[in-house]
Amino acid sequence: MRIGVFVCHCGTNIAATVDVEKVAQALSRFPKVKFSTTYKYMCSDPGQSLVRQSIEEHKLDRIVIASCSPRLHEKTFKKCVEVAGINPYLVEMANIREHCSWVHKDMEAATQKAIEITKLAVAKVSRARPLQKTYVPIEKKVLVIGGGISGIQSAIDITFAKYPVTIIEKEPTIGGRMARFDKTFPTLDCAACILTPKMVTIAQNEYATIHTYSEVEEVTGHVGNFKVKFRKKARSVDLHKCTGCGACWNKCPVKVDSEFDMGLGKRKAIYVPFPQAVPNVPVIDRDNCLWFTQKKCGLCKKICAFGAIDYDMQDEIIEESFGAIIVATGFTQFDHAVYGEYGYGKYKDVITGLHFERMANSSGPTGGKIVRPSDGKEAHDVVFIQCIGSRDEQKGMPYCSRLCCMYTAKHALLLKEHNKDSQAYVFYIDIRAAGKNYEEFVKRVQTDYGAVYLRGRVSRIFEKGGKLIVRGADTLSGAQVEIKADLVVLATGLVAQNDAAKLAQMLHIPYDQNNLFTEAHPKLAPVETITSGIFLTGACQSPKDIPDTVATASAASVKALGLMVQDKLEREPIVAKVNPDACSGCRACIAACPFSAIETDEIEDRKLKRKRIVVKVIEGVCTGCGNCTAVCRMSAIDLEGFTNRQVMEEIESLRV
Amino acid sequence: MKYAYFPGCSLHSTAKEYDISSRAVANALGIELIEIPDWVCCGATPAHLTLHLLSLALPVKNLLQAKKLGNYEVATCCAACFSRLKIANKFMEDDPVHKGKVEEVVGAKYSGEVKVRHFLDILVNVFGLNNISERVSKKLNGLKVACYYGCLLTRPPEIMQFDDVEEPHLMDDLMKAIGAEPVSWPYKTECCGASFSLTKTDIVLKLSQDILQMAYDAGAEAIVVACPLCQSNLDLRQSSINKKYKKHFHMPIFYFTQLLGLSLGIDPKKLGFNKLIVNPSKALSAIA
Amino acid sequence: MKFFISQDIIKSSFLETLQRDCGEKVSHCYQCGKCSAGCPISFQMDYLPNQIMRLVQLGMEEQVLSSKTIWLCASCLTCTTRCPREIDIAEIMDYLRRRAYQKQLIPLEETEIPLFNKIFLRNIEMFGRLYEMGLIGMFNLLSGEFFKDMSLAPKMFLKQKIGILPHRIKNLKELREIFKKSGKLAKAKRDRLLHPKLIFLNLSRKVIGKIERLK
Repeated sequence: MRIGVFVCHCGTNIAATVDVEKVAQALSRFPKVKFSTTYKYMCSDPGQSLVRQSIEEHKLDRIVIASCSPRLHEKTFKKCVEVAGINPYLVEMANIREHCSWVHKDMEAATQKAIEITKLAVAKVSRARPLQKTYVPIEKKVLVIGGGISGIQSAIDITFAKYPVTIIEKEPTIGGRMARFDKTFPTLDCAACILTPKMVTIAQNEYATIHTYSEVEEVTGHVGNFKVKFRKKARSVDLHKCTGCGACWNKCPVKVDSEFDMGLGKRKAIYVPFPQAVPNVPVIDRDNCLWFTQKKCGLCKKICAFGAIDYDMQDEIIEESFGAIIVATGFTQFDHAVYGEYGYGKYKDVITGLHFERMANSSGPTGGKIVRPSDGKEAHDVVFIQCIGSRDEQKGMPYCSRLCCMYTAKHALLLKEHNKDSQAYVFYIDIRAAGKNYEEFVKRVQTDYGAVYLRGRVSRIFEKGGKLIVRGADTLSGAQVEIKADLVVLATGLVAQNDAAKLAQMLHIPYDQNNLFTEAHPKLAPVETITSGIFLTGACQSPKDIPDTVATASAASVKALGLMVQDKLEREPIVAKVNPDACSGCRACIAACPFSAIETDEIEDRKLKRKRIVVKVIEGVCTGCGNCTAVCRMSAIDLEGFTNRQVMEEIESLRV
Repeated sequence: MKYAYFPGCSLHSTAKEYDISSRAVANALGIELIEIPDWVCCGATPAHLTLHLLSLALPVKNLLQAKKLGNYEVATCCAACFSRLKIANKFMEDDPVHKGKVEEVVGAKYSGEVKVRHFLDILVNVFGLNNISERVSKKLNGLKVACYYGCLLTRPPEIMQFDDVEEPHLMDDLMKAIGAEPVSWPYKTECCGASFSLTKTDIVLKLSQDILQMAYDAGAEAIVVACPLCQSNLDLRQSSINKKYKKHFHMPIFYFTQLLGLSLGIDPKKLGFNKLIVNPSKALSAIA
Repeated sequence: MKFFISQDIIKSSFLETLQRDCGEKVSHCYQCGKCSAGCPISFQMDYLPNQIMRLVQLGMEEQVLSSKTIWLCASCLTCTTRCPREIDIAEIMDYLRRRAYQKQLIPLEETEIPLFNKIFLRNIEMFGRLYEMGLIGMFNLLSGEFFKDMSLAPKMFLKQKIGILPHRIKNLKELREIFKKSGKLAKAKRDRLLHPKLIFLNLSRKVIGKIERLK
């Protein structure tokens, strides 16, 4: 064995605190080290050339680079030695920068520590085995979970590259939250007008398959081959026979609060959430339908000229394989009922942002009139309160929801447009208008639409004499403010969906304390997760407006397409491997594995002459975390690249 | 049911009717209130405005006196005493620095082991509304009352743990159980001006005026309170309020124990109605 | 109410001292104004509660401790209950009051409040329980409003709501020890109750008031 040690100065990053020459000299005295040197910038071209030349000149077969974190340049040096003919897994990085020179000041002690770190790397590499990269095939199909604007945009981008994509959407129609909006800031584009063409585009695309009223139930497998089980809930209406004529929902006698209209309007038990729904096929709400609850009525079936109503329809479980998954599950509104000072959600005339959107919408439940839900009278004095549930450690989320300043300004504008005699009062703490043309939009609302902006939170809202008394403050003038309002609109923040945690666990992706899905790197990898093959887009990762959502949607689809265009996917061979002869089948490793990457296997035991259970690693899913190796009592499972033997060698080397 | 009873200074003077009616009610319901021997003033507002240590030491001294009686919980009617006792307990439980200092001052060890309850809490939650309803012999004939809780009973919520902090309902539930009709009104916990009664009387007049007006607008015939200072500000100062703001309020301010006592059939003379400043005879005759 | 703030003021140790002694993180306050919005006494204050927090953040000890606001706070705890940053504003007001009292920075019109507190506490020290007549009598005398609330006195006597004589507890010695030790540990000084300026102010107010009415 001929090990070469290369110690990097990294300019002054390492050399200022660690005596790199001393480190190189100390290492050269070790038995298996046949060459030891330093260089100013090992990762540079000449640095790498030095490594290659030394390999040739001194016939080195294993390399240790004492420099920065492997997260930075491990790939660089692996490629470098591969060119020189050495297996890339016979290179070890000794981190004497982040782990040494960057965290210490005493040169003598730091140098000593650097020597020890490098010694450990030498020990480890001495027991390394050459490994070969593995390849997994890629299923050329992408799954998009969620059919809102982010899911739709991702799907459109995938189909543009002529790859098949499937959208699984929980609601009976795609469109998501955006379908409920009236106009969008800052251009005041009508939301439906810009959304519905995209909905139709994706619905009619030959490469896209859309499963609405469906939910993902189980995800196993790994990048390139995710096995997804999803439930297509029983719609009770045949998608192929229905023409969307509307005869059934016209005749239905049952009226229920419409979820789409935020309870401001009614829908039938057999219904289409909104007129432009895709697919334009109704669904029967079995909890409220007279047939399903009392075996009465049955009018819709009788009246359907196409025989599309099917009361006997059952949920369908479908299993499919996908090469990549894009998570586009979006957000929901913060529930303001936790605020006792605002009425615990009981006051009818204290509404949320989405309620206002539905009222402002000309095809909404109030025909575009901004009214008081309690008595239907038009609202003149309207108070808008920002930061409800956001920036509130006490009762809500600590973060800023990013959109509320903008949508409140938009609401103040729409209010004036719909009702010339109205007056908007906006209680704010800050105005966050960072997007393109956002600041100008807010200024316009303040100057041209007469909206009065008051800086301060509202302490209390109560009902008196048919009005809502709003007690707030204006810290800029140092005053308490009291407004007698007809209507109060709370700019409720964006929060994760109720089942976000469950979905994250199903997909084995991390999520934070606010149930927002965690990106692989907050700055450099905002649409990826640490789980290969699963990408994030839209508000499920963090609150965002429509332009950012569409941007991340396209970004995620590019990442997914990056996998699709490859024939096979290269996988790091740093995976766990089981020795079935030593395995007792106790399955402690299966419990310890956070990625569900180990499964049971049955083998024929020749000695005992019967079958017995052992475990097997699903190499494609295994991320090489090493949990299994730590818990195995039999040392039957070992982690390639970090074997027990390598670790023991490191520990032993410290004793000498 | 036995409790160590801490009346507090006001219940022996300006809020005597609160003490009389509470004892009468306790007697009628079989709750024994054993007055803590030689109790001292809890310090109320002046103590915590002047010396933090003193404001903790005085309540702790009383709690130690209560401990001498036996293993009883402390019952108190005055909202301020309730607040100071509970806050003292919290500091002795959670804050080791203050705990040490207070123990040095009072000369004994104490870790918050004597629990404190407000009489309203005892009646509604421990004795139970059902039990009270059973013993009601004279329902209050739908008397419209505005239940006024004031500041100290429910705030701060983590320490007092008394009732919902924005919309308390214990007193309303009690009033309903005895046949009165509690009105829905928004000023249940708005401040009356508290201890500014002597020092900043104009503030008290304004805030109390707002409360009286709000109760009147909600259709109340009387206001029911659980705090001596609230009662005093709304009752004693009502004529000054009328004079200053040119109003004609004639709103009797009852202690909840007085109305409860009435419904249990106790002789009205034994409930201290004659000690109220604003004459309650009109409201009382409506019940009879 | 115009200020000039220099670096020396901002860098003073006032904020740090307060946060350490009081245990409340004033630096967390982002001036949302919810406290001021709900404060029932705002209408009479010179600085709103959120402005006091801001002045503390900027190290303006003198302005804060000589303000009227801290004395007008009624400790109703509405602000504390609703603060989204979970800051106990009422506790901070308490701390500022105690500090202003120590440093004798109280504005003249608000002197009545610490005066009242002192009389109250001396009263308890003397008797163990509050002797209301003594309290009202002393307060009226020392604040120069000799005949305040006199009209209420007969009603109170008749209804036996106020005792003529004080009620002494048995173990006064123990109680007085507590007062002494608390004062010593907290390093408080026994100071005077006589405030001639205050008496003069209130008396002259009464006289001017009478003259105005006679006009």
